[in-house]
Amino acid sequence: MDFDIRRLLDRIRRRRTDTEQNGERSVRTDGGTTTERSGRFSKMRHSDAVQALPFWLPPALLMGLFVYGAISWNLLISLTDWSGLEQPVYTDLSLEMYTQMPNDPSFVAAFRNTVVLLVAFTVVSLLIGLVLAILVDQNIRFENTFRTIYLLPMALSFVVTAIFWSWMYNPSTGTINVVLSGLGLDFLTMNWIGDPRTRLAAIIFALTWQFSGYAMVVYLAGLRAIPDEHYEAAKVDGASSFKMYWRVIVPQLSTATTSAAVVLMVFALKAFDFIFVMFGDTPGRSADILAVMMFRVAFSRTQWAYGAAVATILFLMALAVVGPYLYMQYKRGDL
Amino acid sequence: MTAAESAETTSREQETSALKGFDTQRAALYTVLLGLIAFYLSPLWGGLTTAFKTDTGFLQTTPLIPPTPEWFTLEPWELALATMQGGLVNSMLFVVPATILSATLGSLAAYGLTKLSWRGQVGILVIFLAGVFLPYQSVLVPLRQFWSAVDLAGLLAFAPFLANRADLIELTITHTAYGIPICTILFRSYYKTMDDEMIEAAKIDGASAFGIYKRIVLPLSMPMFAVTLIYQFTQVWNDLLFALVLVTARSNYVVTQSLNELQGSMAQQYNIQMAGAFIAALPTIIIYIVFGRQFAQGISGAS
Repeated sequence: MDFDIRRLLDRIRRRRTDTEQNGERSVRTDGGTTTERSGRFSKMRHSDAVQALPFWLPPALLMGLFVYGAISWNLLISLTDWSGLEQPVYTDLSLEMYTQMPNDPSFVAAFRNTVVLLVAFTVVSLLIGLVLAILVDQNIRFENTFRTIYLLPMALSFVVTAIFWSWMYNPSTGTINVVLSGLGLDFLTMNWIGDPRTRLAAIIFALTWQFSGYAMVVYLAGLRAIPDEHYEAAKVDGASSFKMYWRVIVPQLSTATTSAAVVLMVFALKAFDFIFVMFGDTPGRSADILAVMMFRVAFSRTQWAYGAAVATILFLMALAVVGPYLYMQYKRGDL
Repeated sequence: MTAAESAETTSREQETSALKGFDTQRAALYTVLLGLIAFYLSPLWGGLTTAFKTDTGFLQTTPLIPPTPEWFTLEPWELALATMQGGLVNSMLFVVPATILSATLGSLAAYGLTKLSWRGQVGILVIFLAGVFLPYQSVLVPLRQFWSAVDLAGLLAFAPFLANRADLIELTITHTAYGIPICTILFRSYYKTMDDEMIEAAKIDGASAFGIYKRIVLPLSMPMFAVTLIYQFTQVWNDLLFALVLVTARSNYVVTQSLNELQGSMAQQYNIQMAGAFIAALPTIIIYIVFGRQFAQGISGAS
């Protein structure tokens, strides 16, 4: 292998000197895209496309079957009235499953909670991630250790973190209440996940703990890409640190914010495992989300068609988040 | 990293720095950073102390306090391990092949894409990208229908060992399929920056497309394979949803399923639950600690 590469490098070098000596063309920096489209070249391109097929087509087909095939099938199922143990009948299709949604209080509650979770979790995670990134970016010692620990929860399964947090939130001996009463804040102690009023907030807090490290990583990359002069200029202007970050640095992080926000929102739509482990498939009106409702309706109550319809709504929500983002990236040429 | 070490840092800066305000600022910075460490580790710390306590121990002390000799026990770990042993083995059996398969297919697909014109690449890439963001709920019902129609256990009846593990084979194929998009994206972003002079030269040499992949692209992709394998392993190991839908035989329960069961059956036994959580998380924690850089690269590349 080594030998091959060395031989190839030699050949490249020889070719380069050839072209330089002949003075035909300067060294290409565009990856060859601006070469004139001679007959021979376009033939080469064409054969390239044919040669590429065996590489990308089989994975694309496998993925396409499971992603696009399944989405279409799911849409079809949602138009039937399939439930129970018999097989679906695809002849009599209607939008009945969708029209009954607004009148189903448990759907309305789950939809509202999904939106609340989506927005609150994303905003709080971004804010904490930004603060973490700015703190870690201050030329601190042991930066790697700090970063590693803040990101650690992200490596854990929702099943694991849900178990940790049900213990954290335990009303009598859980860490949260123990720390609160230790600080003399007894009046704040409560049954965080038992009480319907605090349940969703408690879930959002735990999820933020798990994913703010992700926002930190994205922001840190964004901060490192900002030229030092911008910091210096703001300092010369006499701006306070807070003002400097708010007025000069944060606006330059908009790309990082968008991409982190999109990924976090998609995580929020997928938060099923966490809630399922904590509460089973019936977390109650106060903490039910569409992902959990879909599973309950389809797999516990065998109302397959209705479950598929809820799933379609979930898919459309993800599409509404991701679609514009991908389009924006495409326009900017970032794809 | 301890409080003492960071205190030493700030005191050294006190000597060198002329500005007094600067020092207090630094000290405040490290205090906040350490406070945050305490917060981020507190669920793990509380779990770890509890897992080593007897029943009376964890009820009478707070999770913040390490177990005293009087209440120290390893029994929760033994009990949790006994319940989850099968799950651990089953998870290993399907996670490793699913990870390797999706990474390999992703690398092949990404290599194929680099050979296309930019327009064609982007078109196909968008098709892959959508798969990354897909909420899996929207494919669950068809997935169950599909696998019950295929009847893998029946097809594999000639080999009882495989037939008994049909659920796990289904999981492997399913996770591979849904892992391909993200693996393709990760490899594609890597190949985009790769120097293609070498490939051009090999082409002139008359090497076939597959020969170029095997001899040049694959050896150069090893760093990205590390990133992708680590990312995929963590994702697949940690997943519960697909297993809930696809694994029906109790003997095929994967680790997240057996942990979920353990939690349900030991509702008040927090020490056993915590030990179980650590056992299930151990492979991913070890990988994270050893390959932290690659893990971070994977999750930020996934955006």
